[in-house]
Amino acid sequence: MTKSQIELTINGKKVEALVEPRTLLIHFLREQQDLTGAHIGCDTGHCGACTVEMDDMSVKSCMTFAVQANGAEITTIEGMANPDGTLSALQEGFRMMHGLQCGYCTPGMILRAHRLLQENPTPTEDEIRNGIAGNLCRCTGYVNIVKAIQYAAAKINGTPYQEAAE
Amino acid sequence: MNDQTKIDQDRAERTEKLQGMGCKRKRVEDIRFTQGKGSYVDDLKLPGMLFGDFVRSPHAHARIKSIDTSRAKALPGVVAVLTAADLKPLGLHYMPTLAGDVQAVLAEEKVLFQNQEVAFVIAEDRYIASDATELVDVDYEALPCIVDPFRSMDEDAPILREDIQDKMEGAHGPRKHPNHIFEWQIGDKDATDKVFAEADVTIKEMLVDHRTHPSPLETCQSVASFDKVKGELTLWGTFQAPHVIRTVVSLISGLPEHKIHVIAPDIGGGFGNKVGAYAGYVCSVVGSIVLGVPVKWVEDRMENLSTTSFARDYHMTTELAATKDGKIQGMRVHVLADHGAFDACADPSKWPAGFMNICTGSYDIPTAHLVVDGVYTNKASGGVAYRCSFRVTEAVFAIERAVELLAEKLGMDAAELRIKNFIKPEQFPYKSALGWEYDSGDYHTAMKKAMDTVGYKELRAEQAKKREAFKRGETREIMGIGISFFTEIVGAGPSKNCDILGVAMFDSAEIRIHPTGSVIARMGTKSQGQGHETTYAQIIATEIGIPADDIMIEEGNTDTAPYGLGTYGSRSTPVAGAATAVSARKIKAKAQMIAAHMLEVHEGDLEWDVDRFRVKGLPEKFKTMKEIAWASYNAPPPNMEPGLEAVNYYEPPNMTYPFGAYFCVMDIDVDTGVAKTRRFYALDDCGTRINPMVIEGQVHGGLTEAFACAMGQEIRYDEHGNVMGASFMDFFLPTAVETPHWETDHTVTPSPHHPIGAKGVGESPHVGGVPCFSNAVNDAYAFLGAGHIQMPHDAWRLWQVGEKLGLHA
Repeated sequence: MTKSQIELTINGKKVEALVEPRTLLIHFLREQQDLTGAHIGCDTGHCGACTVEMDDMSVKSCMTFAVQANGAEITTIEGMANPDGTLSALQEGFRMMHGLQCGYCTPGMILRAHRLLQENPTPTEDEIRNGIAGNLCRCTGYVNIVKAIQYAAAKINGTPYQEAAE
Repeated sequence: MNDQTKIDQDRAERTEKLQGMGCKRKRVEDIRFTQGKGSYVDDLKLPGMLFGDFVRSPHAHARIKSIDTSRAKALPGVVAVLTAADLKPLGLHYMPTLAGDVQAVLAEEKVLFQNQEVAFVIAEDRYIASDATELVDVDYEALPCIVDPFRSMDEDAPILREDIQDKMEGAHGPRKHPNHIFEWQIGDKDATDKVFAEADVTIKEMLVDHRTHPSPLETCQSVASFDKVKGELTLWGTFQAPHVIRTVVSLISGLPEHKIHVIAPDIGGGFGNKVGAYAGYVCSVVGSIVLGVPVKWVEDRMENLSTTSFARDYHMTTELAATKDGKIQGMRVHVLADHGAFDACADPSKWPAGFMNICTGSYDIPTAHLVVDGVYTNKASGGVAYRCSFRVTEAVFAIERAVELLAEKLGMDAAELRIKNFIKPEQFPYKSALGWEYDSGDYHTAMKKAMDTVGYKELRAEQAKKREAFKRGETREIMGIGISFFTEIVGAGPSKNCDILGVAMFDSAEIRIHPTGSVIARMGTKSQGQGHETTYAQIIATEIGIPADDIMIEEGNTDTAPYGLGTYGSRSTPVAGAATAVSARKIKAKAQMIAAHMLEVHEGDLEWDVDRFRVKGLPEKFKTMKEIAWASYNAPPPNMEPGLEAVNYYEPPNMTYPFGAYFCVMDIDVDTGVAKTRRFYALDDCGTRINPMVIEGQVHGGLTEAFACAMGQEIRYDEHGNVMGASFMDFFLPTAVETPHWETDHTVTPSPHHPIGAKGVGESPHVGGVPCFSNAVNDAYAFLGAGHIQMPHDAWRLWQVGEKLGLHA
């Protein structure tokens, strides 16, 4: 199959690559770029395990062709840590609040939460729950994911984290 | 500060530093998972690796007239296409199941369920493999199919399994019909019948625990790599039980077991889905052996939901007999179990219906009788324990719905009826009518704590008012209070009654202390998100006084880990957790001898103090575990072998019996059928608590899966055997929006036979949660005379209930 050349930025690095027109972004990232953090959970765009950031939007990379990412800036979980290599507020929040178990949904969940906090730095619990409704988790029951995002929001905003009253 | 305070403070500081049992240690796994550095099967990329994909049957039941692979093979990039004809000479077109049946790897003469594996295409990339599956031409002759298990044993029913048509003696005794798998009976039939004949009050209801699927977010997958020169096979896969997989692969492939390296890397959730062996694993292995290069197989979601391991599908005719004042005297249950096309139920070998005989629940029911009939239908095979010990969700659903129905008939409060029939604390160890010996429990205390916390009396008063208001037409909302008081049976199990394919269900831990006092420990289990790397280390930290952060836990590599039976049925803590403690204690015993030598005292003069042995009465004379570790390698006592390591294969003397009291408050709009969970309170008693944070997480997750099963999740088939909605579009997985807020609580009743008193918790919330939700729904509609409402309780079905009751004027 004829390949198309694409140029894009992934986690701050310029990348040029040849891809088949039908290659999905998730396969391009995982198999051609060795960025295996984003996962495939459903193939139908429901689970969000493949969520990455593309030009300041959350996209489900199993629903996106690699050629659609031509010229785009992509951030994956591999680009989420602080520049000094320490865990970012969200990564730390997920760990501190036990917001993950098997870890399979986590990269997508963190990327989605990242976009949510960019758009709404002080979300309510309801806003968080609605904001991550496109990302499924089979392990945690979400309570601790909500807390993880609240923890990160507080840390980013420099306010003390307070566990919401039950 | 006086001396004693100083000593206490010092001890508290040293204890805290260990991060041992009972503390909310943060998970070590999360460092890699939050950075996308987990290592799952599909992340694996090997030189020359090929991809396999299946050609699947569109029919539920059909004869295969011919398979033509020529067009597929002609596609550039396709390397091979396997069919049953290729596997048959190797004896691999069928594989043994855990339940003593055989299962087709690739269909030979017939297909028996929709999406059954017919051919395996191997190509250079996954896109080409997928393309090529479309080019395999299979000519089918459709046959009449059986979807309703109640029709399986009809006289004129089509015979499904022609391969065993004449074999009327199955793995579990005689078969009554070619579509019959087994009949399993337990209890005293005559005594039970007598109790029922003479009882004041009886209830009888068909309770259906419908077909669903564990559906972990990561599907089943494998990579097989056969080294033709060495004759060695390395198999990476989503295996909850890697050692068992190695044994099975050895038995069916003929490769010696020591030349098979099975590796289960990080697993993206299992919930029972990843216990069994699947056609994809076998085909990737055969592909690699034939071609000499690695072959990867990755299920897509539709394949996962429609082929690998459904759960439940138990049709339970459940009866209780009681006195007028509510003392339960007998229980009688008949189960029709739909096992699909092959009996691939994942149970210990001697238990064709799992531990369904835990169905007398938390109650002192003196007489009981249970019969389970397993039948074949044209559906996917399986019958796995979806986040529960074998068939325990089914059993608990039966008893917990039945006591509610009995309470309704008696006009008694459902909580009061339960309390009246609870096994009393002094009755433990308690022998149940169906053969189990419950290890420990204090049901009354747990129930009282739960009722007080939720304000049970006030809730009932509120409900009474709401019902009046509903009758007066002032509201269209009805309120339900769901109760579930469950007893689980986990930690399989004692070798006298638990084995898998003849391998006793022990589990293992091997602990090795390095000279500098850091540790590697390996277990026969395999975490799929439970956090074993964190919690096993806590057990070891407390037992031998080395900080958990200095202890690495490794699982899943059959070359390095001691043999174990794996992680499912909440067995990791009860069995491998016990092995860990016993193994640690062996090390501690040797350490004590070394410390005595170092301190030049008798062993008996030493006492353990958090992380050290000290001389009794001389607290300043001590040797820390770290110092002892160094000495064990460099200056062991004369005649003692150097080193400090131990292994334990733990044979559990009994199962463990976690229990809990759950309450759910639900408001249902009768016009839309939308049910809102206002409150869900879960009190769990899992014995000794290793990490309360991890326990809470396990409970949250189990409750969410219970919520899914009770409130909408289902694998449905139409009358032609077409699987309906095998994608996340239709298969209900709750998002953060629908999922209720979970409240957790606990009591602690240690297991008397477990070295640290722990019982296991991962599955309790699922087992207890399903009936709790269903009871809430049923309770809401009870005053309208709805009778038993079957699960799942999605809005469409609840709307239909309202319609049937004439509520939608």
